Amino acid sequence: MDEVTVFIMGKGYRVPAGLTIMKAMEYAGYRLTRGCGCRGGYCGACATVYRLRGDYKLYADLACQTTVQDGMYIAQLPFTPAERPAYRLEELRAEGQTLLSLFPELARCVACNTCTKACPQKLEVMDAVQASLRGDIPGVAELTFDCVSCGLCTMRCPAEISHHHVWQLARRLNGAYLTPRAPHVAQRVAEVEGGKFRAELDRLMAMGKEELVAAYKARDIEP
Amino acid sequence: MSSYPKEMQESIARVEATRPARLSTKFPRLPLPEQETLLKGFHPDYRPEGKRRLRVGPSWGESVPHELADLLEAYPLLDPKAVDVSRPDLDVDVLIIGGGGAGTVAAIWAHEVGIPAERILIATKLRHGDSNSIMAQGGIQAADRPEDSPAIHYLDVLGGGHFTNDPKLVRALVEDAPAIIRWHEDLGVMYDKAPDGTMAEIHGGGTSRRRMHSCKDYTGLEIMRVLRDEARSRGIPVLEFSPAVELLTDSQSQVVGAVLWNLETGEYAVVRAKATVLATGGWGRLHIQGFPTTNHYGATADGVVLAYRVGAKLRDLDAVQYHPTGAAYPDQLVGLLITEKVRGMDAQPLNRLGEAFVHPLEPRDVESAAFIRECLPPERGGRGLGVVTPTGMVGVWLDTPMVDIIHGKGTFQRALSSIYRMYIRFGIDPTVEPILVYPTLHYQNGGVVIDEHGWTGIPGLYAAGEVEGGVHGKNRLMGNSLLDYNVFGRRAGIAAAGWAKRAAPGTPTLAHVERYVGELRAAGIPPERKAPLLLPEYRGEKALARMVDLL
Repeated sequence: MDEVTVFIMGKGYRVPAGLTIMKAMEYAGYRLTRGCGCRGGYCGACATVYRLRGDYKLYADLACQTTVQDGMYIAQLPFTPAERPAYRLEELRAEGQTLLSLFPELARCVACNTCTKACPQKLEVMDAVQASLRGDIPGVAELTFDCVSCGLCTMRCPAEISHHHVWQLARRLNGAYLTPRAPHVAQRVAEVEGGKFRAELDRLMAMGKEELVAAYKARDIEP
Repeated sequence: MSSYPKEMQESIARVEATRPARLSTKFPRLPLPEQETLLKGFHPDYRPEGKRRLRVGPSWGESVPHELADLLEAYPLLDPKAVDVSRPDLDVDVLIIGGGGAGTVAAIWAHEVGIPAERILIATKLRHGDSNSIMAQGGIQAADRPEDSPAIHYLDVLGGGHFTNDPKLVRALVEDAPAIIRWHEDLGVMYDKAPDGTMAEIHGGGTSRRRMHSCKDYTGLEIMRVLRDEARSRGIPVLEFSPAVELLTDSQSQVVGAVLWNLETGEYAVVRAKATVLATGGWGRLHIQGFPTTNHYGATADGVVLAYRVGAKLRDLDAVQYHPTGAAYPDQLVGLLITEKVRGMDAQPLNRLGEAFVHPLEPRDVESAAFIRECLPPERGGRGLGVVTPTGMVGVWLDTPMVDIIHGKGTFQRALSSIYRMYIRFGIDPTVEPILVYPTLHYQNGGVVIDEHGWTGIPGLYAAGEVEGGVHGKNRLMGNSLLDYNVFGRRAGIAAAGWAKRAAPGTPTLAHVERYVGELRAAGIPPERKAPLLLPEYRGEKALARMVDLL
């Protein structure tokens, strides 16, 4: 078995090559509580920073999605302190100033692009900050849709922006106020409330298994 | 340049050779009797050696997987004599155990119907939102197009569940569905829509109408984070890293809260509650029959164990959902979910020879059984036509380049960006080359018995989401789990709030646990077996073998 040496918080361990950082830590004997969630790249719990020997750069990635390399120095972020201002969506308006008034630190962005380099999802984070400053809510929502709130950009940001909270608000404003409602959904809700399907559901519920199987087989399937 | 090993590339060449002809044809759906034969022959649920009958508790005699039976026939992790639960550390109206989708929805609706935020508590094992809910990719069903109706949805759900579902629960599911989607619109969920607001809806396995709503392939993430943000807006308190290790009962056998355990400091806390909602999710991390899983780290069936000890009945836990398309290559991705939406967008499953062998959208259990038959060697009854990887995994191809060929260049990256990202990280471009898949443990079809209000039949105890059973019978269709946790999370939250307004809880005790221990002893269960599991064991064998507890 090929092995590599990784340094978990500075202490060296030999682990099989090809493991993810998360599995390498477990192989070494760590029982994870912090720094481990969905194990599939969706929840953002396993934000990790690392350096490689002979390389000045500080890399940032998700432990569950990154393969170990020989000479990797690893530390996980157990938690990202980040302020989320109190708001109720129904009391806000999707206007140009909404994001900036709740998150005034956005204006401190120095366009260093460190956030973008830290993003494990390869999002254009700095562009999203700039879009927030311009009040372009749909732009922010689109640019940050794949954000998993891992907090890596927030921990690297010299302007001390709490990015994922800004993105969350922008997406909700976009979904609730800047996107047309589906007319067919509203219509169906009214039909259900008006009892349009009650009799048919009553009839189906009264059926025995054989009758149900027949009805199931007879249903037409939309292409 | 392909990053697949040479042997796999030879098979990819065959996939490419058959593609032009396959673009214009679709493999026919199987008639019901043939579906049954396939299931009986190849679905893991039909292997009798995988299960045993329970020897204790309210579902005595029912057959469940060994991995779950080992947890139900197990002694409490927390010695009931070691703690004093009579004086609560916290007192609330509604305690919600589990901070995933179901728990968060229940909390929001308990608040909505009048329980003050500070009288609600969400206690969760990991972080708020860490759950299977956040990992769901493909979508959520609701019959809201003119061509569709709740009645058609009802039939699809029952057929998918092989007519074993609880009809009352199915009716609640399909009737509430459109209102759930509208509620999500109000909360700001960014569904995929046409410019005029019309929902983009596609098919899922076993649906007879296109009713799958999605948010790219991050549907679960988008809904979960919006719900979490809404709960935060309402100021609902959340205790993270605090799993429940036991429920509490009073002298009237009502459930009156739970004992929580701080995963980091080891402290316990007694929470007294007028109503308790179990929303602990499923069992993927039990790795039933050795399968890899799509599930999050905390999916260890804790809620089923706790509910069983207070006398809740269980159902359909003999039925395990294996998602047909778990990643089978590269090794780092093994077991991870490849959403059904990929097949919904016309990628075909193919064998080593590049031949189609099953309709892409059979119900999940049928599709999984077909994959297993294709891969098993002939001496075990299979066709031996799987693709073998260098580390010995086996799988079938999912012809992902078809998505862009059929729907236009750029579609895959736009509509399936999480899958695209997952593979690009490992040098595989799914818009150019197919990906290898094999069934993976995905969902707990059954669970705690509830009525249409999420009530378990035990005063004070409600359940919602994957922990409960009956909604899906023995097989859930894609897009009905996100719907389930919203519909029954809401119903359980409202019912729990209603109960909390009139409940009179007595002094908390662990008397039910002591009774259960008596039953275990009488049944001769080995004393070293403990539950709930809380976390799976993934530490390396070498490290574990030398581990001693000194401090």
